[in-house]
Amino acid sequence: MAEKMALAKAVNESLRKALEADPKVLIMGEDVGKLGGVFRVTDGLQKDFGEERVIDTPLAESGIVGTAIGLALRGYRPVVEIQFDGFVFPAYDQIVTQLAKMHARSLGKVKLPVVVRIPYGGGIGAVEHHSESPEALFAHVAGLKIVSPSNSSDAYWMMQQAIQSDDPVIFFEPKRRYWDKAEVNTEAIPGPLHKAQVVRAGTDLTLAAYGPMVKLCQEVADAAAEEGRSLEVLDLRSVSPLDFDSIQASVEKTRRLVVVHEAPVFFGSGAEIAARITERCFYHLEAPVLRVGGYHAPYPPARLEEEYLPGLDRVLDAVDRALAY
Amino acid sequence: MTVESTAARKPRRSAGTKKSPSTKPELVQLLTPEGKRVKHAENAVYDKYVADITPEDLRGLYRDMVLTRRFDAEATSLQRQGELGLWASLLGQEAAQIGSGRALRDDDYVFPTYREHGVAWCRGVDPTNLLGMFRGVNNGGWDPNSNNFQLYTIVIGSQTLHATGYAMGVAKDGTDSAVIAYFGDGASSQGDVAEAFTFSAVYNAPVVFFCQNNQWAISEPTEKQTRVPLYQRAQGFGFPGVRVDGNDVLACLAVTKWALERARSGEGPTLVEAYTYRMGAHTTSDDPTRYRGDEERLAWEAKDPILRLRQYLESANHADEGFFAELEAESEALGRRVREAVRAMPDPDHFAIFENAYADGHALVDEERAQFAAYQASFADAEGGK
Repeated sequence: MAEKMALAKAVNESLRKALEADPKVLIMGEDVGKLGGVFRVTDGLQKDFGEERVIDTPLAESGIVGTAIGLALRGYRPVVEIQFDGFVFPAYDQIVTQLAKMHARSLGKVKLPVVVRIPYGGGIGAVEHHSESPEALFAHVAGLKIVSPSNSSDAYWMMQQAIQSDDPVIFFEPKRRYWDKAEVNTEAIPGPLHKAQVVRAGTDLTLAAYGPMVKLCQEVADAAAEEGRSLEVLDLRSVSPLDFDSIQASVEKTRRLVVVHEAPVFFGSGAEIAARITERCFYHLEAPVLRVGGYHAPYPPARLEEEYLPGLDRVLDAVDRALAY
Repeated sequence: MTVESTAARKPRRSAGTKKSPSTKPELVQLLTPEGKRVKHAENAVYDKYVADITPEDLRGLYRDMVLTRRFDAEATSLQRQGELGLWASLLGQEAAQIGSGRALRDDDYVFPTYREHGVAWCRGVDPTNLLGMFRGVNNGGWDPNSNNFQLYTIVIGSQTLHATGYAMGVAKDGTDSAVIAYFGDGASSQGDVAEAFTFSAVYNAPVVFFCQNNQWAISEPTEKQTRVPLYQRAQGFGFPGVRVDGNDVLACLAVTKWALERARSGEGPTLVEAYTYRMGAHTTSDDPTRYRGDEERLAWEAKDPILRLRQYLESANHADEGFFAELEAESEALGRRVREAVRAMPDPDHFAIFENAYADGHALVDEERAQFAAYQASFADAEGGK
């Protein structure tokens, strides 16, 4: 059934469906119960599934992820919420040292089907630690899978797939898009979780993005179209693994690539994409792969975030520079 | 002059040298260092858990400790011979591990550190399997679910949270199994251990926190970790803590059984502090002569866990010379078996690097495996062309 819903609601519906389908699925996190989470993503779930399955936890992120690992070892499929991006670091050790490595350590004997949900990114005028994009810090770690939906439909289906995954998945939710509404067909057959999607076809240059930056890139493509430029927009959807085949196919057609993310450019996912696409498409490229993202500075106070975050003009500027080669 | 500046000029004792509160902590002991079986009014609550112990059981505990020590000594030798890269000896901690390990039921679940060779023995893990990670052929060579004995955890304290989560799952499943998490005095300082105490208390999880206080975290004495006896920490989290003579296998067995029974009957977590001593180095890479003297070691040698049980077995006529002779032969056979198994342990296949990085696969791992295969094959081609 197709229905228009906000991205936050789509995650909520997806979690509800997972709780209904599998008694081993658990929701854990700070304020996820009665309050329904600070973004209301888990709204109503504790009321309907009880405190044993939708669990308000102590305020200790390492404890949340560490106990989720134990529950997974017992056969449960915990979906844990980290309240904000900047709060994940107390759990970083458990995620990197244990969650990511236990399957390999056990020579494949144990599986860790844990989903770590992290509302991430800026643009909502928040205080410090509430606007960060730490995905590259996780993508560097083998054993983890990293995804980020850009729209309601993907939020719904990618969450279903993340919960079904036998690998740990870090699920980055673009918090500034939580209230954006789009059609969700809850009966469609979804494509593969880690495959990129062309959301707008074009011929002159490829814009690759994920999460909150996909919508921006579509706006950039609209603006460029007015100037007679045809931009292709690729929604990467997954950061680990990255769908290099789809990026390559697009770049072989457009011959130019600009990668956009909110995370700092330095050592960001754009750097990895630039290196690999340069290797794969060396003779197709008409310009170096350019990147637009955050600066190598702490995320600024809210009154400055518009300057820090990639916006329409900064991405258009990069497009112009790439096209000028 | 302000109050603050006056205070600043006062000579102050550093926190590290200040003595703990003067009340002497209770120590549960059922077998004295001289091998005398004791009953104490205060211990009566624990004594009943070993009241019906048979001479055969006692010989079994003795055998477990002797064989564990023999295995441990063999592993140390194998490291010295270059067969293992590292070994973390449990010498001196046999009673704590065998006592607690034998208190468990098959359906209970163990979350060890990297030194629980005696507990692994009790769980039926083949001791040679413990050596793969120390030889460097894997990072943990056994199936955690076949003996309900998790893989060794090297980052200290992390496993206390896994144990707590697992115990939360046990409670959800409605069974009366219990979970035991091992850790040491050093790990007691880790935030994860404090969080495990918090979570287990809040959710009333059926978990026993078994802390082997062996007095030393590599070179740091327990005074560098705590200002109160460790078992007293439990009180602040809302569950009981008890200090047991960690070199008394009977007391460790009794106290752990008591704690497990609390877990099974829905009374939640318990902290057991087994007061013991690491007789050897932290690992084969460590040099304890740099930070502690012989005097301390000699004092603890007099409290040896194996010796005291032997004295008791002999004085009570629970074991004869034949038993000890047979065990000696069994020990030597075990040492030989371990030695041969380690020497025969093959290096892993090169492609093991990529195996099990993910359960459901990962495109980049596939790509890099293919690149690695092509690179390896290039040597074969070159050799073939000669």
